[in-house]
Amino acid sequence: MFPRSFDYLAPESLDDALSMLAEHGEDAKVLAGGQSLIPLMKLRFAAPDYIIDINRITGLGSVHENGSLSVGALVRTHDIERSELIRRRYPAMAAAAPLISDPLVRNLGTVVGSLCHADPQGDWASVMLAMNADIVCRNGAAERRIPVSEFVQGPFTTTLDPTEIATEVDIPDPGADTFGTYMKLERKVGDFASVGVAVHLSFDGRKVERAGIGLTAVGPANIKATEAEQLLAGAELDGGTIARAADLCAEAADPHSDLRGSADYKRAMVRVFVSRALNAAAAGKAA
Amino acid sequence: MTGAAKYTEDVSVEGALHAVFVRSFMAHARIGDIDFGSAVGMPGVVGVFGAGDLDLGPENSDEVPDVFARPMLANETVRFVGEPIAVVVADTLAEAMDAAALVLVDYDPLPVVVDPEEALARGAPLLFPEHGSNVAVERNFTSRAPREREPEVVVTGRFLNQRLSAVPMETNGALAVPDPDTGGLKMWIPCQAPHWMSREISKALGLEEKQVHVVAPAVGGGFGAKIATYPEQIVVAAIAHRLGRPVRYLEARSESMVAMTQGRGQVQHVRLGATKEGMITDLEVTNIADQGAYPGEGSSLSTLTRQMASGVYRIPYIHYRTFCVATNTTPTFAYRGAGRPEAAALIERAMDMLAQELLMDPVELRRKNFIPKEAFPYKTASRARYDIGDYEATLDKALEMAGYEKLRKQQQERRAAGDVKQLGIGLSCYVELTGFGTDSSTVEVHEDGSVSATTGTSPHGQGHETAWAQLVSARLNIPHERVQIVHSDTRLTAKGDGTMGSRSLQIGGSAVHGASVGVLEKAKLLASHLFEVSVEDIVQHDDGRFGIAGVPDSVVGWGELASAASDPARLPEGMDPGLSAKDKFGYDDNTMSYPFGAHIAVAEVDTETGQVKLLRHIAVDDCGRILNPMLVEGQVHGGVAQGVAQALFEEVVYDEDGNPLNANLASYDMPTAAELINFETAHTETPSPLNPLGAKGIGESGTIGSTPAVQNAVIDAVNHLGVRHIDMPLKPERVWRAIRRTAG
Repeated sequence: MFPRSFDYLAPESLDDALSMLAEHGEDAKVLAGGQSLIPLMKLRFAAPDYIIDINRITGLGSVHENGSLSVGALVRTHDIERSELIRRRYPAMAAAAPLISDPLVRNLGTVVGSLCHADPQGDWASVMLAMNADIVCRNGAAERRIPVSEFVQGPFTTTLDPTEIATEVDIPDPGADTFGTYMKLERKVGDFASVGVAVHLSFDGRKVERAGIGLTAVGPANIKATEAEQLLAGAELDGGTIARAADLCAEAADPHSDLRGSADYKRAMVRVFVSRALNAAAAGKAA
Repeated sequence: MTGAAKYTEDVSVEGALHAVFVRSFMAHARIGDIDFGSAVGMPGVVGVFGAGDLDLGPENSDEVPDVFARPMLANETVRFVGEPIAVVVADTLAEAMDAAALVLVDYDPLPVVVDPEEALARGAPLLFPEHGSNVAVERNFTSRAPREREPEVVVTGRFLNQRLSAVPMETNGALAVPDPDTGGLKMWIPCQAPHWMSREISKALGLEEKQVHVVAPAVGGGFGAKIATYPEQIVVAAIAHRLGRPVRYLEARSESMVAMTQGRGQVQHVRLGATKEGMITDLEVTNIADQGAYPGEGSSLSTLTRQMASGVYRIPYIHYRTFCVATNTTPTFAYRGAGRPEAAALIERAMDMLAQELLMDPVELRRKNFIPKEAFPYKTASRARYDIGDYEATLDKALEMAGYEKLRKQQQERRAAGDVKQLGIGLSCYVELTGFGTDSSTVEVHEDGSVSATTGTSPHGQGHETAWAQLVSARLNIPHERVQIVHSDTRLTAKGDGTMGSRSLQIGGSAVHGASVGVLEKAKLLASHLFEVSVEDIVQHDDGRFGIAGVPDSVVGWGELASAASDPARLPEGMDPGLSAKDKFGYDDNTMSYPFGAHIAVAEVDTETGQVKLLRHIAVDDCGRILNPMLVEGQVHGGVAQGVAQALFEEVVYDEDGNPLNANLASYDMPTAAELINFETAHTETPSPLNPLGAKGIGESGTIGSTPAVQNAVIDAVNHLGVRHIDMPLKPERVWRAIRRTAG
């Protein structure tokens, strides 16, 4: 299929982009990497009258730390995959990046775009839920911060206003002693997740100081496993704790049966992956 | 790779119209009104046609009763999602597409049956009520010899050989251009047998066969799904013929996934008996073959499954029942292996179950029952006549390459340690049948010293241009680069049966070989006439020129001989002009060649998730004498990849209403290089006595041998947990469930 015809706008500044968006509102869509939007348009599931391409805007493409980690709206998954900073300090992100789709998609697809698309099978939202990240949005001159847990509302639904642009995702400092991973069950390389689990832990000695767990493709939106996070916070990673946390995550999952697997299989895989991730973290502590 | 190959879509014809088909959204429905109204008035639209607008009869097949005949466009009833109902023809593709979306079809839904076993049941919805059942063909086969002895051990199973999509890189299409010289058409069609296309299309349009000139240009893969002449191709031809204007169509991928014939689709109920020592006594099979909405030629394939059900073993008694049934799904037909992979999967799976039951190593059980190499030619109880074989040799080689004993030891260690990841070793010893039909070749040497050879085969990636040139070059001693192979054009080649069924080298190649030998003989005769010596004194020198034995100065080259051959004054009496010869080759009725081999797969199974990781695949194939090792290697690799795909990944899925659930490449799990591994390949060479090249087919062996090996490997990894069988594709959840079922 071909997309329906549309007008293409290519602003050079964020202010211009915002005023175009203010003018066209729901008739416009913002194009960053286009790896979700273009396929939707091709299938005519989306048929915007205006495309606002933000790729010419400078200042949206950087990854930098300044008390927290800022990932701009034009940062590609590929940039994360290759970043030494990410590899060193944000292991959950580093683990997720190479598991996202294929190299062609990673070269263009953006982290922020994936969050805005809010596909429950998207990987980045789980990682950001685990890391307690915020989305930073601009609307005209106004800026607001929304925790990812509030930003993602349901399948393909966020709290982003039609006249708002998500400019960056902001990730809190994980601390010096961390563990992070992303585990993904996929039918074949490059597929969407059948089940994905993001785990981020900050340690204080042997104890977990802060725990974050995000679940992919097992609910109408990515799920933050808050009960398991609370159980782990302040605890040591012994066998019983790990098993209870894995059970809590499996209970938090709300999968449905489809070609990728039945609901009970997906739930069971959440348990296996969480348990494997926490066991790996415990093994790292013991070593 | 140059990117210069021209496919059907690359053939540019001025003023060609574009056809887009309106396809059924329902799996089974009575068609009420079809409203062309708004489509007809759309910009660029030249015509909209339904079943009543084209004078085309339905397609019959000798394989099934006439009631199952398929209309070219659905009239009254649609029977599968994707069945063409109408066609819009417009100046541009975009115009045809937009207009096709406006054709409104009134559907009156009928009950749907998707599962072939349910289609057999009493009270099932009927696709052809006037036939009284969904069974198009029922066959009962019992081997001639009576049962020798009763089995002491019996294993039974229900095996699903799931439905697959062929997914060639290039989808189906056609370009039909009226030819004022013949009053017929010239057509470009991506197909495997241009002469068959010409026959079927001319028949449908009421033309002479020679009036439909078919060219298969570069073809982007077929795998069996480009054998059939599709209703869409006939409709496009009919419209071009009627309008007197060129018309083309090319399926989009999502269309192709529902319109193109699919493969496999068998449910096999198997019962294998043996003595306590593991000697097979008998095999009983009930095979339900899912033919899709229009049973036809595809119904013949289950006969091949029956014929090959003995595999490489002496099985004294076979009873085999086949039901070819209609379901509300895309019709099935040949897909790489076409009936034989289903047989190999059946017997090789049953052999592993028997080994497990007898607590015997699967290698030992197979060895005990092999047809010994002294026994050939060998007639099986399932009535196949195997030409030649040495099954032990391929198995020995595969075991050695695999390091079988060591693998079994590693498996024991992992089992003893209770590892989460268990190791499985899967075996498959297969035999298949290849080489139907006949082909002709004309080899002609030209005055510039070059040579051309025609062939009835129609390569689409198999490399016949290379291999046939090798044959000609070797016989005539003319450099490879001066040989031109002419193929895939019905006007330039004599009738042939195209490329399918692993037939090309042994049949088409043998004809090229025969014609080359004929030209060589003619050249020697002509040289002897020119030199006025006896033909016994003619020798061919290393440089390809001909001379007289012991007389180094008198030489004549191929070009000069070709000139002489076109000059009646220089020809000997009775010799036809032209330095050319023709040969036709084919086996006698009921004669085929039987390639064989042994494959070993090594797989790791994650017992907590059910995930399978293929670690190694060893393929030892015997396709007789090998002409071009690199081309053989290519066939084995592609074949093994498609075999692994069936074992682990692919399956066409419908919901209970007959909606295809994975008819696109985002959801049909066709593996890529990323899912596959390096294959370890080797060959034994047991020349076939049936043709001058000693060749047997290799195009499908990889697919036939690999699938059961991989399936057996996965089950072998978990059989110590009590798992006896898991159906293909061995997706993680299936494996996980099988483990949990026995553990619980």
